[in-house]
Amino acid sequence: MPQTATANILTILETDFSGVVEEWLGTQVKEGVKRSDLFSDSESRAQNQELLKAFGKGVRAGVVNEEFSLDDDAWEDLRAVLADVSKERVSRGVTPTEMATFVLALKAPLFKRLEAMPGVEGMKLIRDVLMVTRLVDAFAIHTNEIFIGERDQIIERQRQEMLELSTPVVELWDRVLTLPLIGTLDSARAQEVMENLLQTILERQAEVVIMDITGVGTVDTQVAQHLLRAAAAVRLMGAECIISGISPMIAQTMVQLGIDVGTVSTRSSIRTALSDALQRVGYVIKKNEAS
Amino acid sequence: MSGVTSINLVENALLVSIQDDVTDTEILDLQETLSNRIAKENVKGVILDISSLEIVDTFVGRVIAQLAGISRLLAAETYVVGMRPAVAVTLVELGMYLPETRTALSLTHALSQLRRA
Repeated sequence: MPQTATANILTILETDFSGVVEEWLGTQVKEGVKRSDLFSDSESRAQNQELLKAFGKGVRAGVVNEEFSLDDDAWEDLRAVLADVSKERVSRGVTPTEMATFVLALKAPLFKRLEAMPGVEGMKLIRDVLMVTRLVDAFAIHTNEIFIGERDQIIERQRQEMLELSTPVVELWDRVLTLPLIGTLDSARAQEVMENLLQTILERQAEVVIMDITGVGTVDTQVAQHLLRAAAAVRLMGAECIISGISPMIAQTMVQLGIDVGTVSTRSSIRTALSDALQRVGYVIKKNEAS
Repeated sequence: MSGVTSINLVENALLVSIQDDVTDTEILDLQETLSNRIAKENVKGVILDISSLEIVDTFVGRVIAQLAGISRLLAAETYVVGMRPAVAVTLVELGMYLPETRTALSLTHALSQLRRA
C-alpha cells in the first residue's frame, strides 16, 4: 500500500500516465527546451515515457515517511535511464539549462492534476505540491550532476589525449633526439615532457637532445623556467641539450624578462641545431657533388 | 672503506660506484678515502657511477657537489655517470644542478671524454 504522502502522485501517474507524458512534452515545447532539431518526436516521447515510468517506480518504493534519497536502490531504474538519456543529450550538444528545464517541466502537469483531484485542497494540496516539488527538484539536480559528470569525462579524455599527443620524442639520428614542443607549456605538461624525454635518453643512449620551441606561442618566465629545468635534467643524465626555434621575438622577450639560459646552447632554427648535433656525435652532412 | 661503495682505478681515473643503500656516514667516509687516493695516485679524473642510486636527497646531492669540488682542487675532473631519470628530476626540483661536475651517459662515455681531455 503506498504511503499517504505520495498516494495522490501515484494515482495520477497510474490513471493518466500518457496524459502526463504528453503534457510534459507540451511544457517542454512551451519552455523552448524541446530540441526538435536534435530529437524526433517519437524519440522524445519514448525517452519521456521511460523516465516517467522509472520516476513512478522510484516514488512508489523509494519514499518512506516523506523522506527519500535518489542514491537508494529503489531509484536505480531512474538513475540508469537518466544516465543513458544524459549521455545521449551530451553527445548531441544539449545545454545544461535545457537539461534542467526539461526535467523541471514535469512539475506543471503534475500540479495541474493535483489541483483537479477531488478532495485535494487547502493544506493537503500544499503538502502534495511540496512533495512533488521536492521529488522533481531532486530529480533535476541529479540529472544535472550526471550531465556535468558526462561532460567532465569528455574533457578529461580529451585532456589525456592532448597530453599524449603533444609530447612525442623523435629519434632524428643515432644518439640524437628531438622534442618538438607545440602549444602552451604548463607545469603538468612540462613534467610529462621531461619524464618522457629522460626515459627516452636512457633507452636510446642519446647524447644530444634538441628541444624545438618553434610551435610554442609565447615564452614567459614560467615557460623558460620549465625549459631550463628540463635542460638541466638532460645535462645531469649526461646528454647535451640544444634549445632551437627561438624566434627573434622570443629572444627579445627572454632578454627583457632577464632570463639567463646559462650554459644551455640555443639556436634560432632546428636546421642549425641539427647540423650542430650531428657534428657533436661525429657526423657531417655533405653535398653529393656528382648529382 | 665501506663495503657497499667501491673505488677502483680504471685507466687514468678513479671509478667510484655508489650503491643505493649507502648510509650518510659511509658517504662521508668516502669523501675522506677518495681525496686521499686522488692525491696519492695522481689521477686525471673521478667517475661517480650512480646508476644504482634510486633515491637522492639534498644531503647526497650536496656530497656529490663537494666531491666534485675536492677533486677539482686536486686537479681531477669529476664525471657523474648513469644518473636515472627520476634522480635527475629530483635533483633539478631540489635546485641542485651540479654545475661543478661533468656528466656522461655511461662509464664508456666518461672514459672517452677523459681520454680526449
